[in-house]
Amino acid sequence: MNIFDNMEAIYLAIVLAPLTGAIIAGLFGRIVGRNGAHWVTIAGVGIASILSLIAYKHHVFDGAAAYNGAVYTWLSVGNIHFEVGFLVDRLSVTMMVVVTFVSWMIHIYTIGYMHDDLGYQRFFSYMSLFTFFMLMLVMSNNFVQLFFGWEGVGLVSYLLIGFWFKRDKAVFAGLKAFLVNRVGDFGFLLGIAAILMYFNTLDYAEVFQQAPALSTATIEIVAGHDWSLMSFICICLFIGAMGKSAQVPLHVWLPDSMEGPTPISALIHAATMVTAGIFMVARMSPMFELSETALSFVMVIGAVTAISMGLVGLVQNDIKRVIAYSTLSQLGYMTVALGASAYAAAMFHLVTHAFFKALLFLCAGAVIIAMHHEQDMRKMGGLYRYMPITWFTCLIGSLALIGFPGTSGFFSKDAIIEAVYHSNLPVAGFAYYAVLAGVFITALYSFRLFFLTFHGKERLNKHTWEHLHEAPKVITVPLVILAIPSLLAGIFLIGPMLFDGYFMQAIHVASTHDVLAEMGKDYHGVFSFTLHAFKSAPVYLTLAGVVTAWVLYIKFPYMPAILEKRFSLLHKILINKYGFDDFYQVVFARGSREIGRFLWRFGDVRLIDGFFVNGTALTIRWFSSVVRTIQSGYLYDYAFAMILGLLFLLGIFVHGILN
Amino acid sequence: MTITAELVFIVPEITLLVLACIILIADTLHIEKHATLTYWLAQIALIVIIFLVLIDFPDESKRLFFGNFVSDSMSGVLKVSICAITICVFFYSYDYLKEHELIKGEYFVLGLFAVLGMMVMVSANSLLTVYLGLELMSLSLYSMVAMHRESQTASEAAMKYFVLGALASGILLYGISILYGVSGTLELPALSAYIEAQSGNNILLVFGLVFVIVGIAFKLGLVPFHMWLPDVYEGSPTSVTLFVSTAPKLAAFAMAIRLLVDGMGPMAGDWQGMLIILSVLSMAAGNIIAISQTNIKRMLAYSTIAHMGFFMLGIASATQLGYAGSMFYVMIYALMIMGAFGMVILLGRKGYEADNLDDFKGLSDRSPWFAFIMLILMFSMAGVPPFIGFWAKWFVLKEIIANGYIWLATVAVILSVIGAYYYLRIVKLMYFDKPQQMTAIKASQEMRFILSLNGLSLLFLGFMPGALMTLCIRAIGY
Repeated sequence: MNIFDNMEAIYLAIVLAPLTGAIIAGLFGRIVGRNGAHWVTIAGVGIASILSLIAYKHHVFDGAAAYNGAVYTWLSVGNIHFEVGFLVDRLSVTMMVVVTFVSWMIHIYTIGYMHDDLGYQRFFSYMSLFTFFMLMLVMSNNFVQLFFGWEGVGLVSYLLIGFWFKRDKAVFAGLKAFLVNRVGDFGFLLGIAAILMYFNTLDYAEVFQQAPALSTATIEIVAGHDWSLMSFICICLFIGAMGKSAQVPLHVWLPDSMEGPTPISALIHAATMVTAGIFMVARMSPMFELSETALSFVMVIGAVTAISMGLVGLVQNDIKRVIAYSTLSQLGYMTVALGASAYAAAMFHLVTHAFFKALLFLCAGAVIIAMHHEQDMRKMGGLYRYMPITWFTCLIGSLALIGFPGTSGFFSKDAIIEAVYHSNLPVAGFAYYAVLAGVFITALYSFRLFFLTFHGKERLNKHTWEHLHEAPKVITVPLVILAIPSLLAGIFLIGPMLFDGYFMQAIHVASTHDVLAEMGKDYHGVFSFTLHAFKSAPVYLTLAGVVTAWVLYIKFPYMPAILEKRFSLLHKILINKYGFDDFYQVVFARGSREIGRFLWRFGDVRLIDGFFVNGTALTIRWFSSVVRTIQSGYLYDYAFAMILGLLFLLGIFVHGILN
Repeated sequence: MTITAELVFIVPEITLLVLACIILIADTLHIEKHATLTYWLAQIALIVIIFLVLIDFPDESKRLFFGNFVSDSMSGVLKVSICAITICVFFYSYDYLKEHELIKGEYFVLGLFAVLGMMVMVSANSLLTVYLGLELMSLSLYSMVAMHRESQTASEAAMKYFVLGALASGILLYGISILYGVSGTLELPALSAYIEAQSGNNILLVFGLVFVIVGIAFKLGLVPFHMWLPDVYEGSPTSVTLFVSTAPKLAAFAMAIRLLVDGMGPMAGDWQGMLIILSVLSMAAGNIIAISQTNIKRMLAYSTIAHMGFFMLGIASATQLGYAGSMFYVMIYALMIMGAFGMVILLGRKGYEADNLDDFKGLSDRSPWFAFIMLILMFSMAGVPPFIGFWAKWFVLKEIIANGYIWLATVAVILSVIGAYYYLRIVKLMYFDKPQQMTAIKASQEMRFILSLNGLSLLFLGFMPGALMTLCIRAIGY
């Protein structure tokens, strides 16, 4: 029997295996113990990973048609069905492989990293649960399930950022991530609601089918102003993506999320969850293609994020934060590609980035473990002597990140830059220079990190130095495994993924926007693409960045301090991250707290409690104590009351008749 | 129909009279410490009466004995209910009287005579029969209140009750005489027909009506004719309070229906207004004054006043369904107040009346089960769904709204919300306060069983109120 005969069962198993692991490790953690917890979750994610590879083979190599079907109907209201269903095509299957594979590696790595933590089982349970939600998100065939997965990964992200819930900073960061994502989700939900309202369905296939017919429809939100329906929906959906994929100005949560354990930073906040927004926009390409306004919006946001966040990365000293800002910047690149309608290029960069960014995070984690949880790069230096494997894999990761010719990041990033160059959106010019400048900045901060950590003078304290050693095998093996695709994935994937119609119908690009087809005309294989790169600016900008880093941090280590003084204003702006955090803190956070306090003090305590609730109660009690004194206990008073009552009734009714 | 043939229809009343007399004699001859024989004979007598009513249940309206007596479904249902309630009341009382060494055979004999009076009231078809039944019942009750002769409060309560009762009787009688003088008839249907034939308003009739209304209002305890009620409830031995607060209310309901609907139906426009005024005053005064009470018997007295006000709204709507709603309400009310006083009896012991609110503090620590039963009783009285008290209020409200008195319904609901406070306070005392004493609850197994049944019935009826509602609607309909 051919295992491909029953793909539905395989898809179900892919989703349910991590969930089962999560439930066992989470609810029965005490029974299965620490070893049981990591075995069961690693097995669950491992099964999902292998089955994803099988599904990948089925779709990509055997050329199977996309699968689109419901496995469970939750409820039906009129014509609208709320279902659990899978849409598995080349787009989702690619994501499935990336998600499960990276997650699997990080599960293994966690055995070493979290070795002494008290919340060991909980941690594994959360990670598997995250994998489940992420798979639900990418495999969904309808908006409800998409939203379910979307909120699910958000929830787990919140739980994991605040994993060390006794640290105030971690709790704060978790809350911040949650709240900022709420803002994005609000837009996302509005977009979904608009789709439901105008399309009367939440099924992807049906929505995409109807979309062209509604491309000229308008929506009147502010009276007298007609907006394009498609632009409205797409921008709303993209606001959701901005929250999840941390685009300016909803990016503030991502750097803070580094308070979570490092494996989480690698899994959720670099490789997978933050790319959900990118994936979602690619999935919705049939709709985004109908609105140039939305595409321009996407491109501008991406370009601003790419350059501004890279700049902030230059002044960070915390090793994880540098990588976090780098992630923001790279997400900006992907977003720019989406704006340029080069969805395939965005997905390509997403894949390569998942590998090399996970690798970099895990390297950082290895360093942090070796340094006894010291994360400040100013207290490192010269580590290459003690941690050769980490040093080497980190070098590969950094080269891929800066786009050194031949590495995976080179192909994907170059493709994006070129795609933006070919784009004919009005904002493409600005975006092009932004991403170009970003190349230099990327190289500079990446190698700043690399040199500060592994080279130069050893600035360690004695205690750390004595215990410095290479990380154990459970940590280094995933590093090596991840280093391989970081280095090579680009060579093998660029041709098929960008130019050979890899995604088939999964991604729809209008012919007028098809920048990749334009580029495809000049594409003659990997080798010529690499050679061609030497004739263009990015490679030289990269080299310039590396050299600058070398000059500043190895050759003349006193230089940065001088520059800092010379450009103190700029430095201050960057250190303060353009003031986004402070602005939100003061205006939104404190503002809403003040509103809350006012409503509590005045509205609740004074008005509702004081006046209405307790006020009435007190009045009635007072009245009650007064009225009870009428009951004097004297018989003649009672009789008198009766007579009065009689006269009263007589007075009213007999008198009423007389008149 | 000859008089002898008509006697069939008053077999229950005759039997009760005969049995009561026999029991009275037996009680005087057979002296024993606990009056056990008298108690059991009285219970058997009541069961026999229920049986007799049910055997020949009146399913059509018959007017007998020269129009002095009526036999219809309503009277049948009410007679069975009165006897059944009295059985429970005797049951609780027996425990209480034994414990407090107040037991005397006369208690049960007087109770039986009061029941006879109620049965006469229920079946009254003329002004005189109403008065006869009322006096028989009232005189029995006065003496029951006075039974605890050593107690000052009981004597005081009896005195007040008697004097004010006499005053109310006088007023009622005065009203009756006016009506008779104007119409020349004592028969209620004939009176109704006479009023129907009148054109325009007859000032004398309205004059008489006011006096009759005052008589009814006194029996039910409507403001401002309620003054006796808190003093009597508090001063009497709890067993007597229990009796006064339950079965006589059903009889008073019947009296109201007989006099107002059967006798003065065509004047509904006049008595509706009076009843509404009395209702609103009662609900307001009852609910508000109850809040500042510290004695639970007194609190329940004010609660009774409020409930009677609410219940009167059904009659005030002057429709068949409205009367049915009132009947439903008064039956449920009797069940609830019986349980509540049952709880007071349960918590008391020799030489100690558990009639302060403080006695309920921390009851859930002392007896979680009876705290739960009390919770059911209180929630039901407050009108919290799904307990039956909610349906009673709902039924009445539905009718007054259907008749266009939305403002009245609003007032009733607001006052009920205020009333919820003192019911819920008891729940709070039971569950959230520390007990002041930890003495175990001393009560017989039977008492515990019946009281539990009493409480749980409110819950079960709440889930299926339909049967009882249908019964009431049919009883009124015939």
